[in-house]
Amino acid sequence: MGEPLLQVRDLKKHFPVGNRLLGRERGWVKAVDGISFTINRGETLGLVGESGCGKTTTSKLILAAEAPTAGAIEFEGRDIASLHGQELMEYRRRVQVVFQDPFSSLSPRMRVGEIIGEPIEAHEKLLRRQVQSRVQELLELVGLRADMARLFPHEFSGGQRQRVAIARALSTNTRLVVLDEPVSALDVSIRAHIIRLLEDIQRRLGVSYLFIAHDLAAVSHLSQQTAVMYLGKLVEVADSLELCATPLHPYTKALFAASLPSHPDEPREEIVLSGEVPSPLNPPRGCHFHPRCPFVMPRCSEQEPELLELAPGHSVACHLYP
Amino acid sequence: MATIPVHATPLGGVSRVARRSYRLVAEVPSIPLLMLSILVLAAVFAPAIAPHGKLTPVKPTPEQCQAKFGMADCPYVDNVPPFWSAGGTLGTPLGTDFMGRDVLSRLMYGARISLVVALTGTLFAGAIGTLLGVLAGYLGKWWDQIIMRITDAWLTLPSLVFAILLSSVRGPGLWNMVLILALVFWSRYSRAVRGEVLALRERDFVKLAEINGIPKLRIIWRHLIPNVMNTVMVLFSLQVGVAVIIEASLSFLGVGVPPPEPSWGLMMAQERESLMEGKWWLAVFPGTCITMLVLSANMLGDWLRVRLDPQLRNR
Amino acid sequence: MPPLLRVQDLKTHYFGFRGTRVVKAVDGISFSLEAGETFGLVGESGSGKTTACHSIVRLLPSSARIVSGSIELEGENLLDKSPAAMRAVRGRRIATILQDPMASLDPLFSIYGQVAEPAYYHQALRGQPLRQRVKELLTAVRIPSPERRMKEFPHQMSGGMRQRIVGAIAQAGGPRVIIADEPTTNLDVTIQLQYLNLLKDLQRASGVALIFVTHNLGIVAKMCDRVAVMYAGKIVEAQSVRGLFYAPRHPYTRALLDSMPKLGTKEPLYAIPGQPPDLSKLPAGCSFHPRCPHVMERCRTEEPPEHSIGDGTTARCWLPIHEAARG
Repeated sequence: MGEPLLQVRDLKKHFPVGNRLLGRERGWVKAVDGISFTINRGETLGLVGESGCGKTTTSKLILAAEAPTAGAIEFEGRDIASLHGQELMEYRRRVQVVFQDPFSSLSPRMRVGEIIGEPIEAHEKLLRRQVQSRVQELLELVGLRADMARLFPHEFSGGQRQRVAIARALSTNTRLVVLDEPVSALDVSIRAHIIRLLEDIQRRLGVSYLFIAHDLAAVSHLSQQTAVMYLGKLVEVADSLELCATPLHPYTKALFAASLPSHPDEPREEIVLSGEVPSPLNPPRGCHFHPRCPFVMPRCSEQEPELLELAPGHSVACHLYP
Repeated sequence: MATIPVHATPLGGVSRVARRSYRLVAEVPSIPLLMLSILVLAAVFAPAIAPHGKLTPVKPTPEQCQAKFGMADCPYVDNVPPFWSAGGTLGTPLGTDFMGRDVLSRLMYGARISLVVALTGTLFAGAIGTLLGVLAGYLGKWWDQIIMRITDAWLTLPSLVFAILLSSVRGPGLWNMVLILALVFWSRYSRAVRGEVLALRERDFVKLAEINGIPKLRIIWRHLIPNVMNTVMVLFSLQVGVAVIIEASLSFLGVGVPPPEPSWGLMMAQERESLMEGKWWLAVFPGTCITMLVLSANMLGDWLRVRLDPQLRNR
Repeated sequence: MPPLLRVQDLKTHYFGFRGTRVVKAVDGISFSLEAGETFGLVGESGSGKTTACHSIVRLLPSSARIVSGSIELEGENLLDKSPAAMRAVRGRRIATILQDPMASLDPLFSIYGQVAEPAYYHQALRGQPLRQRVKELLTAVRIPSPERRMKEFPHQMSGGMRQRIVGAIAQAGGPRVIIADEPTTNLDVTIQLQYLNLLKDLQRASGVALIFVTHNLGIVAKMCDRVAVMYAGKIVEAQSVRGLFYAPRHPYTRALLDSMPKLGTKEPLYAIPGQPPDLSKLPAGCSFHPRCPHVMERCRTEEPPEHSIGDGTTARCWLPIHEAARG
């Protein structure tokens, strides 16, 4: 515990946009523009942000579904960009993903046992019997019955399907699971089940999570550390409880203000952001957040703030601090 | 509409089993299945249940010979009408043709030909077309370009003319027909399947498999092909009807199954003039069989389409 | 003074398989709504809340029928109206805002065309007065530069803007009641806040009554004055919002509240055992009993009636009332 598993350094992903035919590019979509963070063994990092902030692209980069434009992703000390062939397959074993929609993430014509066993078959040379017994163990781990392996996905409810997706994600001795909004599509009463299941699995197996979501409450519940992303950059990173107690960045404060109360009298700071979430195609100059910031200063439109560690474990990118 | 009071629901005393069977019967397309089963059974069991042979003339009774030729014995009696008309007998219920062969038996044997040719031809067309469609849709880039351009070109060829061309090259014969049908119709599948695959490719479970490092061929086999089967099955049942007609047309034109084999199309061709001469049964019965097969295949295909599309089904 | 909208003992059933299978999506709900009030209808999938809304505007699919009950809008029973009369009600007196703005907006028509449509049909505005009205509506929902935006199309706008335009369309006919069915589920958190604040302001300005259908108790806490919680087609609890959060009367409500993650604490969440109900196979007695932590013998066999606890508070539960209260 506490030992780094995944380290991301100054990661960037820029997509070219524009008419290549005319020989010039009109611009770049800077989906991810220089982010750095660490996920330790057995711990969870929460990544919060709204649409267009780059969290989906970040997850794709970590899953090696896209190659970064710049920066490095180091897994157990090795840069994944240098991995090829068998080593890359090893990486894919160790890092898996659970998607948001339980209805489309499972192949409709495969039995659940086959779905869970697929990564095992692709990565390990095991006998059929061995794969089957591993599948049964996994089903029980996620709170389903072993005899459900022969059923098809449509015979399960949403929450159960998500459990199957989690079982599949853990099937190959996984070290890191990227959870991409795993409970947003589920009924309210089922979310608690899945969150508890994830906590339980982390305790038992020491798996790390990258928990990507827009629900601050769920994220801060499950994660030790939370990072807030805005338009391709990290604006604040802190221990989850501390972030809830003392959010520093104005955007973080706005997110808290906007998150729904858990009862009618819960105090909320009145921060309503004006305008829309800007598009990453044409980010504002200087601090990306300055056009919507209630505390904007002249400096903010000229110079981009750096992510500085203000207190142990708590970093902010804002000219207000120090 | 005002509130409608509901009578006591029929659910009350009905057992679960009875309810399930009712559902099954009400939902299943009984008419096409019935028609199809008759044809399939006739085809499969033709040697056992056909009253006479398919090529040999029927041995007539002395009365028939007397009535027709004024002799006590004759090798065959031609153009006997169906049993409900004057001059017909129950021994040849649907009459005999110009060579004295029993029409019913020939229809039964003819079912074999039509079904075999239509089904296997369409099957091969489907297999080729689906495979090419999946490769074009999933692998994209050059695969897509090449396969789709060929498909587009192929689709512009008029099927009957093309079939005639091919058969003049290959010559008549049962298996040549199957080959021709496969070659003519595969392009219809590849177009539709490619479209499906393009959509499927973006679905989460395919992306998940890619992220897991599952090899592409495996993804095609386990994730893509099973999920396009819906579309393929519907296309298949609709194509069977077309294949039957093409086969019948080719045989009619003399470039399909050669005589004396009892292909329905051939039977109609040989009896073209008989229709004018009043011997209607020789052309109408084969025509009815073709109609039955095509109609039931189409209705089945339509039912499948609605059943397999969750949005159209009214559950 | 009769309430603005009064629903009494509404039952809507779905009939499948030629009448052999009945799903009681809404099975006897009653509530009322006053002008200017925000009423929350809370439930998960399968609770019947969406069917209830469709029943109120009588836009049910052909397999569903309103089987009994009454829906009175300003004293008139909507269930007695002919289809033509209902068309005059929809949009003009009751409007709806649905979850997915891309599904509510027609991609082929300009914003002007879509916002103008209800005003055109229900208030017979034409030409210049119509343009003026559209501009007013767009300004009211805080669309910047409405003159320019009017000519644009839905795909040119962001999700938050589209939902605001849907709000403008809802207001265009000048309705007394707006039913909003999960309008913010697809919106980002900060946009959601803007939108909810906007709805509240619109309501204050026009005195319209709002029925907010949601599964999110947080929205209820923020927006609503009174709440009804639905489970398996019935209202299991109805209260003022404060009452619901401080003293929930029904075990289901209490369980829902305990299962919500709360900011700033890692207290373990309470996970309601079991699955949301299958409406075609409801258990005998109280529909919630298989999942209820306080289940008693009586709950398994007898369906609890709606107990009125005074002050508009009702609960459908066999527990003695003081035991069910939190505290």
